[in-house]
Amino acid sequence: MQNNLVELKEVKKVEVVSCSQNGVSLTIRDLKKHYGDREVLKGINIEIEQGEFVAIVGRSGCGKSTLLRLVAGLEASSSGRLVLDHRCLPNNSVTRIMFQEARLLPWKKVIQNIALGLSAGILQQAKDVLQAVGLSDRADEWPARLSGGQKQRVSLARALVHKPKLLLLDEPLGALDALTRIEMHQLIESLWSQNKFTALLVTHDVSEAIALADRIILIEDGAIALNLEVDLPRPRERASQKFVEIEKQLLDQLLGSTH
Amino acid sequence: MSNQTFKNVSNAIVPWLTPIFLIVIWQWAAQSGHLSTRILPSPLSIGQAFIKLTESGELWVHVKTSTWRALSGFAVGGGLGLILGLITGSFKKAEVVLDTTLQMIRNIPPLALIPLVILWFGIDEVAKLFLVSVGVFFPVYLNTFHGIRNVDPGLIEMAKSYGLKGFSLYWHVILPGALPSILVGVRFSLGLMWVLLIVAETISAQSGIGYMTMNAREFLQTDIVLVGILVYALLGKLADVLAKSLERYWLRWHPGYQSA
Repeated sequence: MQNNLVELKEVKKVEVVSCSQNGVSLTIRDLKKHYGDREVLKGINIEIEQGEFVAIVGRSGCGKSTLLRLVAGLEASSSGRLVLDHRCLPNNSVTRIMFQEARLLPWKKVIQNIALGLSAGILQQAKDVLQAVGLSDRADEWPARLSGGQKQRVSLARALVHKPKLLLLDEPLGALDALTRIEMHQLIESLWSQNKFTALLVTHDVSEAIALADRIILIEDGAIALNLEVDLPRPRERASQKFVEIEKQLLDQLLGSTH
Repeated sequence: MSNQTFKNVSNAIVPWLTPIFLIVIWQWAAQSGHLSTRILPSPLSIGQAFIKLTESGELWVHVKTSTWRALSGFAVGGGLGLILGLITGSFKKAEVVLDTTLQMIRNIPPLALIPLVILWFGIDEVAKLFLVSVGVFFPVYLNTFHGIRNVDPGLIEMAKSYGLKGFSLYWHVILPGALPSILVGVRFSLGLMWVLLIVAETISAQSGIGYMTMNAREFLQTDIVLVGILVYALLGKLADVLAKSLERYWLRWHPGYQSA
């Protein structure tokens, strides 16, 4: 009873309970969000284990980006709970977000962009991450000189330099060409398996979700319509029969919802 | 190779052919008596007047006075414009309180204040300082305000989610984002600064370039009047070159300002 009251109370911030080594587990319980009369999220319940890679897919306007913004703490939920499990770090260094656009500061060199918000003197870490995303030779370049794919690599490096326990990806590859996107999938997958952070990817690209995620959650009209484990060995073969089957199942669900 | 050098040399020379040609014609017309020296003295005699004024040190005194007036007026007006623009741009409340008033004052041409300024300050230094300050205030104020307001909200959101707030958010994100716009205001007001000073000095002054030209007019020394005009042109150009190099340095990240 008491517990229920606490849960239904409006939460402004993401709560932090306990701790773990690399990734954090994330519990989303009965999360609701409305703008005025329009209900965008109608009570979402998700459990994400530490180190898990979860993709959220859905049509545009289904509320998936809003869900991510709530988890990131960029917006306050109308009601419900968000619980992050972790040990030693303050909340704001646990979660990092990679946006749809790279959002690099154009007046800072690539390396300074990565070092944004770091205390001075940790330049070496910034250099290391830049190398991990394969751009160490562009450290002293202005962002305006980079291609779209390179910008997103820098933005990925900027997120990873904080050693996030939870990496949120808000359709970060939507604006890239197909080839660059596949390259980025490989990069994200390898960095994820090395660093073992928890990842939450929002995308409308079904095959991207299948290529990367352990589990795919399909959101329709502000509610979860499907929760699907992707049990495929990594790295995943896009042409494999299982891959295509899962893709078809998801697409059928997405397209079927129009009827 | 030699073809290339020839091209470079001719590219450097060609833009100057027209002005040189015009000056030669002018010199010829003045020398042959087609052009009265009352109306336009020959380029040579203007040059001589320039040298004479420089050697006597008179020109320096006037240039120094005028430059000091211009710069102090710019510092006061531009500084206030920057500070108020930053405040109203950053805080909605300050905008509500101040902006309407400032917009009303903005619509008064600064030169229309001259009679009032003379009543208030006489023909003192303060009068000139006041006129220049009022004139340069608004371009800096308006462009700073809009610069702050037009900083990409996505960048601010990103920076906040990366833990920046308060001063560091301002210093790393908002101020640099507003800088291109602020510098446009600075360049604009540098031009306005000379215009206002010229008018202020020709109306009432005991020194300065404007005084020098008005004085020369009384004695029908057209050559000195022209020297004064040329000096204004040079100072104006100098201010613009300075502003441009500031832009090129501060906005070197900006594709639109990168030197090739």
